[in-house]
Amino acid sequence: MLRYSFSRLMGAIPTLFILIALAFFMIRVAPGGPFDSERSLPAEIEANLRAAYNLDLPLYEQFFRYIGGLMRGDFGPSFQYKDYTVTELIGTGFPVSLRLGGSAMLLALLIGISAGTLAALRQNSRTDYSVMAVSMTGISIPNFVMAPLMILLFAVYLGWLPAGGWGGGAWNHMILPVIALALPQIAYISRLTRGSMIEVLRSNFVRTARAQGLPERTVILRYALKPALLPVVSYLGPATAAVITGSVVIEQIFGVPGLGRYFVQGALNRDYTLVMGVVVFYGVLIIVFNFLVDILYAWLDPKVKY
Amino acid sequence: MSRDETKALAPGEALLKVTDLNVRFRTADGEVHAVRDLSLQLAAGETLGIVGESGSGKSQSMMSMIGLLADNGAASGSASYRGEELLGMPAGKLRRIRGRRIGMIFQDPMTSLNPYMTVFDQMSQVLIHHEKLGRREARTRCVEMLEAVRIPEPKRRIDMYPHEFSGGMRQRVMIASALLCRPDLLIADEPTTALDVTVQAQILELMKDIRREFGTAIILITHDLGVVAGLCERVLVMNGGREMESGPVDDIFYRPQNAYTRALLAAVPRLDEAEIRRLASVAADDAAEKASAEAAGEVITRHEPKLDAAPLLEVDDLRVHFRIAPATVFGRSQLLKAVDGVQLSLHPGETLGVVGESGCGKSTLARAVLRLVPATTGRISLLGDDITAKDKKAMRAHRRDMQVIFQDPLASLNPRMTVGDIVAEPLWTHSPGMPRAEVRKKVAAMLERVGLGPQFINRYPHEFSGGQCQRIGIARALVLEPELIICDEPVSALDVSIQAQIVNLLMDIQAEMNLSLVFIAHDLAVVRHISHRILVMYLGRVVEISDRVNLYERPMHPYTQALIRAVPIPDPHKERNKPHAPLQGDLPSPVDPPSGCTFRTRCPHAVERCASETPALRILGDSLVACHEAERVRAAIDRGVSPTRTAGA
Amino acid sequence: MAREMPGHAVPSVEPGATPVKGRSLWVDAWNVLRRNRAAMASVCIILTMSVLVIVGPWLSPYDYAQTDWDNISIAPEWESRHVFGTDALGRDLFVRTLHGGRISLMIGIVATLVSLLIGISYGATAGYLGGRIDHLMMRIVDILYAMPFMFFVILLMVFFGRNIILIFVAIGAINWLDMARIVRGQTLSLKSKEFVEAAEAQGVSTFNIIRRHIVPNLLGVVVVYVTLTIPQVILVESFLSFLGLGVQEPMTSWGALVNEGAQEMETAPWMLVFPAVFLAMTLFCFNFVGDGLRDALDPKDR
Repeated sequence: MLRYSFSRLMGAIPTLFILIALAFFMIRVAPGGPFDSERSLPAEIEANLRAAYNLDLPLYEQFFRYIGGLMRGDFGPSFQYKDYTVTELIGTGFPVSLRLGGSAMLLALLIGISAGTLAALRQNSRTDYSVMAVSMTGISIPNFVMAPLMILLFAVYLGWLPAGGWGGGAWNHMILPVIALALPQIAYISRLTRGSMIEVLRSNFVRTARAQGLPERTVILRYALKPALLPVVSYLGPATAAVITGSVVIEQIFGVPGLGRYFVQGALNRDYTLVMGVVVFYGVLIIVFNFLVDILYAWLDPKVKY
Repeated sequence: MSRDETKALAPGEALLKVTDLNVRFRTADGEVHAVRDLSLQLAAGETLGIVGESGSGKSQSMMSMIGLLADNGAASGSASYRGEELLGMPAGKLRRIRGRRIGMIFQDPMTSLNPYMTVFDQMSQVLIHHEKLGRREARTRCVEMLEAVRIPEPKRRIDMYPHEFSGGMRQRVMIASALLCRPDLLIADEPTTALDVTVQAQILELMKDIRREFGTAIILITHDLGVVAGLCERVLVMNGGREMESGPVDDIFYRPQNAYTRALLAAVPRLDEAEIRRLASVAADDAAEKASAEAAGEVITRHEPKLDAAPLLEVDDLRVHFRIAPATVFGRSQLLKAVDGVQLSLHPGETLGVVGESGCGKSTLARAVLRLVPATTGRISLLGDDITAKDKKAMRAHRRDMQVIFQDPLASLNPRMTVGDIVAEPLWTHSPGMPRAEVRKKVAAMLERVGLGPQFINRYPHEFSGGQCQRIGIARALVLEPELIICDEPVSALDVSIQAQIVNLLMDIQAEMNLSLVFIAHDLAVVRHISHRILVMYLGRVVEISDRVNLYERPMHPYTQALIRAVPIPDPHKERNKPHAPLQGDLPSPVDPPSGCTFRTRCPHAVERCASETPALRILGDSLVACHEAERVRAAIDRGVSPTRTAGA
Repeated sequence: MAREMPGHAVPSVEPGATPVKGRSLWVDAWNVLRRNRAAMASVCIILTMSVLVIVGPWLSPYDYAQTDWDNISIAPEWESRHVFGTDALGRDLFVRTLHGGRISLMIGIVATLVSLLIGISYGATAGYLGGRIDHLMMRIVDILYAMPFMFFVILLMVFFGRNIILIFVAIGAINWLDMARIVRGQTLSLKSKEFVEAAEAQGVSTFNIIRRHIVPNLLGVVVVYVTLTIPQVILVESFLSFLGLGVQEPMTSWGALVNEGAQEMETAPWMLVFPAVFLAMTLFCFNFVGDGLRDALDPKDR
């Protein structure tokens, strides 16, 4: 197991490196700089500013300085929010995003797996069809369409829930964004679970368990559930990436002060270091998460050799 | 042992009584009536064989009884177990019978065990639910049962996952789980079909022992008449969902009343007969076959190939090694020696049979000769030309002399091409200038020759049955009029009667066109039926080459001897009286073969020398054999002393 | 070997005198698809939508960038011919929705073709060559897979300006990874199929093997995948446009319209509802068709 983890980790390092390099150089070759809006600045002051942000050094040196900083958890200063370092901004934004994304992920797993299993057990029944219809809706209606519609209905017309803001993470502020973020994932996970559960229930080893006279509950929970959930486990990686991406719009729509919102603001303001910081941070998060999912999968599936 | 619920059977009372059982499936294409009016009785401790080809309803009848039909199936009639009606029994009650009173084992041991649970976890569930045992008691019982089915080191192996067991061992685990509650009926659905013949022999021996030890009644569902002959007391023959005939095993085999039974018996090639009788084709579906059906059973006098003529194909010291990529970044790549020093020669008009168990390298040998995989070392020459290292272009000229027929009839035909195009493709490749009308004429003639009318020319492969697909494959191989056809397990995926048709067809065409065949199969009886000479392979090496009569009557290599012993013969007397000493153990991994003679780990005659020195192929009597001890072993057998070390632990 | 499959018995072909027209797998698939009512209805809707999106803007008296100063931010009404109402700048929403649809569908199709082109060439090369090259090529795909691509696309949009060509390239560049994986897997499994081996044994040239045996058998999967990629691409474009990073004013797309609508939804809900319905319906239909095609063309059933 340790050996396997180590070899997987070794595989993740080049990925990380490429991620950082790609982000770094893409921004540097882009036309336009962070001080473009302040074009009236005297040349001398701009030079000083550039020096302060190390922009006058050769590109490769900037790159290695940046990597060196990352090692120490230093993402550099923000260009736009001049009093904050990017690390500080991530530090304030990420807990909010984590709470939002984490809740959405848990909700998606809980509902997706149970709905998918239920649909598979009652294949071609009314339950099955309604689960599949709802999940098709979840896949087809993007969350940035669903979110405003939900606000319109539950906040504007019915007035049950606040239309936006975070309220320090109060539950009533969380309901709409979490559901909007979770909906597409619920849809994917329930479809995935249904498909694999149906396949597993048709497998020979489930037939064996039934032939041994085991109760249906045992057959499903002890024999079928684990193999049926393996595809869901491998989907956890892409799902995390999707939830992170989704949180960018959801935070924007609901005015949630999370990392995604910083990212959009930073992108629109050309805040190089902030944007880079968020991309690298999320990239690392996704890579690390994928690594953990790999390990989890290997642990669950005895056929994976390590 | 809690038998409190089950009352003793009255004398003469049947353990299982099935009356007028009907099984129907609702499908998109209408209703399929899978089992029609089946009736049978089984006494306690009795062994019944249900024989039939695929689609005969033999499995579905048993599945319906224990409530395991697919959702679209429905059963009617009656099936009573110890006087209790099974059909329509509430699910909970039926579950207490299933797995506790009636055990079941299935064909495919590779997929019938849960790969995500250890053997103990899945076996113990049975005891936990049916006998309310705790884990510790369950463990003791499971270990005992694994011991009873002769799994070595059961205490250790019980905590392993199924994929750490070989196919034969998995089937033992299946049997052990089915027997845990000491059922009085065991239903075995093709229990040995997916196994190699030496392993099949082990499992069949085990089932005999179980019957003796536990007094379990057995219903054996199989397509293999040989298996039935050795194990069963009574036999029921099914076809198209109906019972054709049933009775004591000797009556069915020696005095069959029903035409189908007779045809089925005559469709199986006999390993134990020196003459070659024409095989009967049960479901003759074309005129040519119907005409020849009357010839079934006649002794064929085959023309013998001229052995003094220059050989058509010569293979010398052929080796094919594959490098297996490591599983992880830091793993080491391993060398798989699929073919490791094979020599053979084939004369015009001759059939060379190649037999061996799965993983012995016979298919790789075929692919190497066809130059589909590169030879690592060695020499292949066809019609006197060395083709070992010819490039693609130079090779093309030789390809028209050498064609191939594969195992899976459907997979060997491109699903997106019409039958006409499939058969025409070799002509397009090798005679690009041929006018379309001529191509069409040739294709039509060839289809006719293999027993398919030219009206099928625009159809697609999925519209044909397996046997018909194999005929199309043969037509494609023949259309260029090659000198040599390599047949890689051409009949393994087919039912007995279809197998008979294809074998007959190949033999007819060979006589007509003076073809040479390399016939690869794992079924020794079929190989012996069709071949002039036979080559036996074990772990990538040739262990014996001999002619068809000699191989059966005076096998020289201990492996050949074991193989012949293991093949079940569809003759109850012979089967009962033959020495049962199945080869022990499983095929070693070809990645890490034993040193010296690769067979020594399973050989009952192995001596010290076998571990250090690789035996070369040498002439002994009329055979070529690769064994240090061949003379001693042969002499002992000839003296009538069994040289076998006591087998059957 | 001798497993029974009730209801799946292949009916053997009845002999007849004249050559019979065979049922190709395409015909079979079409027959399955034809019976799938949801998929067929979706095909009709997509076709209608495409025609509407192309022809529609010409039928309206308004232009997509034209401001109607008398009717700013009005609800749908027939008299002024603003059937979907107007936006805060007095632009006709009907024309804008259809115009946005043009952009969305066009991006959907063109970007899918880009990903198809890259994906097929990459995947087929890796799959057919196999061995070390395949290993290396797939390792690259694995690494790229782990990248948070949506963020990179956003970066691209931000730093290189909002350029429609760039959107095509960027989206196509994300989606080819899936395509490459699928095509490679299929090629690899086809290559080991016995009919390909049989063709090699006959001496059929590599070109003809690819042309006659590999490509026709890949097509089914590719068709299914394309219909499922189009909605994904439309979604990504809408996502970018929603963030204000997609097409530029006064040009528009469904995502941009939804964004504008979401900002005005309390006062002018029609601005949100119409483009949202169009977008959702299109995605719905493509997904239904994709699912239907998968059922019809899935080689697992054969």
